[in-house]
Amino acid sequence: MATKGNLLVVDDELIVRDSLDKWFREEGYDVTVAESAQDALTKMAAKRFDLALVDIKMPGTDGVELQRRMREIDPEMLVIIMTGYASVDTAVAALKNGAYDYVSKPFDPDDIAHSVHNAISHKRAEQENVRLRETVASVVRPQEIVGQSAAMVRVFEAIQTVGPTDATVLITGESGTGKELCARAIHAASPRHYNPLVVIHCGALAETLLESELFGHEKGAFTGAQYRKKGSFEVAEGGSVFLDEVGDISLKTQTDLLRVLQEREITRVGSTHPIQVDFRCIAATNKKLDQLIEEGRFRPDLFYRLNVFQIQLPALRDRKGDIPILVEHFVRKFSASMNKRINRVSPTAMALLDRYQWPGNVRELENAVERAMVVAQEPEIREGDFALRLPLAENQPRTLEDIERAHILAVLEDCKGNQTLAAEVLDIDRVTLHNKLKKYGWKRVTADAL
Amino acid sequence: MEAGHCGRPVNLVQLLPFGPAAAETLSELRAGLEREFAVPCEILPPEPEPAFAFNLTRQQYSSTEILAAMLKRNTPAKWRLLGVTPVDLYIPILTFVFGEAQLPGTCAVVSSHRLSQEFYGLPADPRLQHERLLKEAVHELGHTLNLSHCEDYQCAMAPSHGVEWIDLKTSSFCGTCRTLVPTRSILNASR
Repeated sequence: MATKGNLLVVDDELIVRDSLDKWFREEGYDVTVAESAQDALTKMAAKRFDLALVDIKMPGTDGVELQRRMREIDPEMLVIIMTGYASVDTAVAALKNGAYDYVSKPFDPDDIAHSVHNAISHKRAEQENVRLRETVASVVRPQEIVGQSAAMVRVFEAIQTVGPTDATVLITGESGTGKELCARAIHAASPRHYNPLVVIHCGALAETLLESELFGHEKGAFTGAQYRKKGSFEVAEGGSVFLDEVGDISLKTQTDLLRVLQEREITRVGSTHPIQVDFRCIAATNKKLDQLIEEGRFRPDLFYRLNVFQIQLPALRDRKGDIPILVEHFVRKFSASMNKRINRVSPTAMALLDRYQWPGNVRELENAVERAMVVAQEPEIREGDFALRLPLAENQPRTLEDIERAHILAVLEDCKGNQTLAAEVLDIDRVTLHNKLKKYGWKRVTADAL
Repeated sequence: MEAGHCGRPVNLVQLLPFGPAAAETLSELRAGLEREFAVPCEILPPEPEPAFAFNLTRQQYSSTEILAAMLKRNTPAKWRLLGVTPVDLYIPILTFVFGEAQLPGTCAVVSSHRLSQEFYGLPADPRLQHERLLKEAVHELGHTLNLSHCEDYQCAMAPSHGVEWIDLKTSSFCGTCRTLVPTRSILNASR
């Protein structure tokens, strides 16, 4: 039968040791006794204990000093200090040194049973908590930000630099560049990552609703406020708040938000009682805030508060080199969710994606790949799968080189990637074809790559 | 009681009164133990109040010293000697105990002192006191069979540090404790 826990009883009086030994064994604990501080430390070296019951008055090293040494050896072991001479001073000294509890001899049986039971339950709950956090941390990874371009490497470096700090971060970038993903990565890299990341899409809410979302409200604060509600800053206690599209909020809410960032306290709508809040602020916008400031539509002081550390996310058209690995990432993602065995993107299809300007950035690319995978025949996505819904950028200049490249890739696709055969069809030698493909940055996307 | 049938670790329980005990109390206890353990139970001639175990400072009686005195009687391994006393018992580290037993062994002692309603300023209830005494007697005899405390609050081996806990439990072992009795008992070896 498993014991309720391993106890170490340290007392210089034999009769006390024997009494506690027998009584706790009857209670179902595994008990080890020690007659002195030295004896206790020796026994700790040989065995791990959940809890030590330590007499405060012993010859040589007393209980408070022993407790300090015990914590050095095993910080997780809890200590209950026992005394025959209860005094406030010794109790305070013991508890200040980290004792879990302080009990006077003789003990009331119910009190000591509960104290030991509670201490061990507390320790096990803490251990379980740590284990679960480790499990969650290993299982739940923040969504991957994909990219190898120099612009994205700079973004990754910025996230790694600012993530572990408590600095307010302003993420800028066009719509669809991955601002929320970036915010999640910053939160994940921070010591706050075990606490919530609360996301508020400021642009999606009317002014009064946004106020209620951010600051909470009291019951009856407005029509429909049937219950007291915590605001995002309260919900995020100890974590982060991500204010998406912060450029869309009204001047009045900007004033309230500025006060929250300065004072670190909120007042619920309908209340006059301020509440202290602990959060890290991450904001994002696709607007040019300096322009909004010039137009008087954004408070400069709020901008300075938010713009402590800025991360600029590049548009996809400025990092087209990342398109193949982004496509690979999305194909893998949707293959799993759609249960389709797509493992290739034809060279002409990839060339098409490369030519497109992607005004909607990565989000548009993701949607395009998803749509293409719906219509694609296994195992390959072809140019036509995109052409159905994905228009080329209008007025795209079509140079002779563009035409040559498109023709070469089309022939290569018809030859199923066989360069020797394609060179014969094109009536050029294989080395020339190879050089042209290299010049166009063509890269075979195959099952291996995907 | 099954404990008596499963390997029969016990074949006789002796009740040894220390100090005055009502005949009705002892006979009720004997009947209850015979029912629970399915073995004969006999009442020995009473001993005087255990003055040898009295602690002047605490105004209580040391259960450990009473047990030590009982051990001198050399009770056979398959017998159990249960001391029954109206005096208030203690062990050095606790303010009081309802009883104490060898874990495992042949001797145990229980006190009726804190089992009466009068102790708590309530009207007397002899029947409730008899029930509590039987539960504590089964509990301490369970310790002599090497049973430790049980998490089943209805089991006789559930810890009871106050009478309210005693009232919650029954005088019988739970299924788990019942199965542990024969294997845990040291009483397989005959004297």
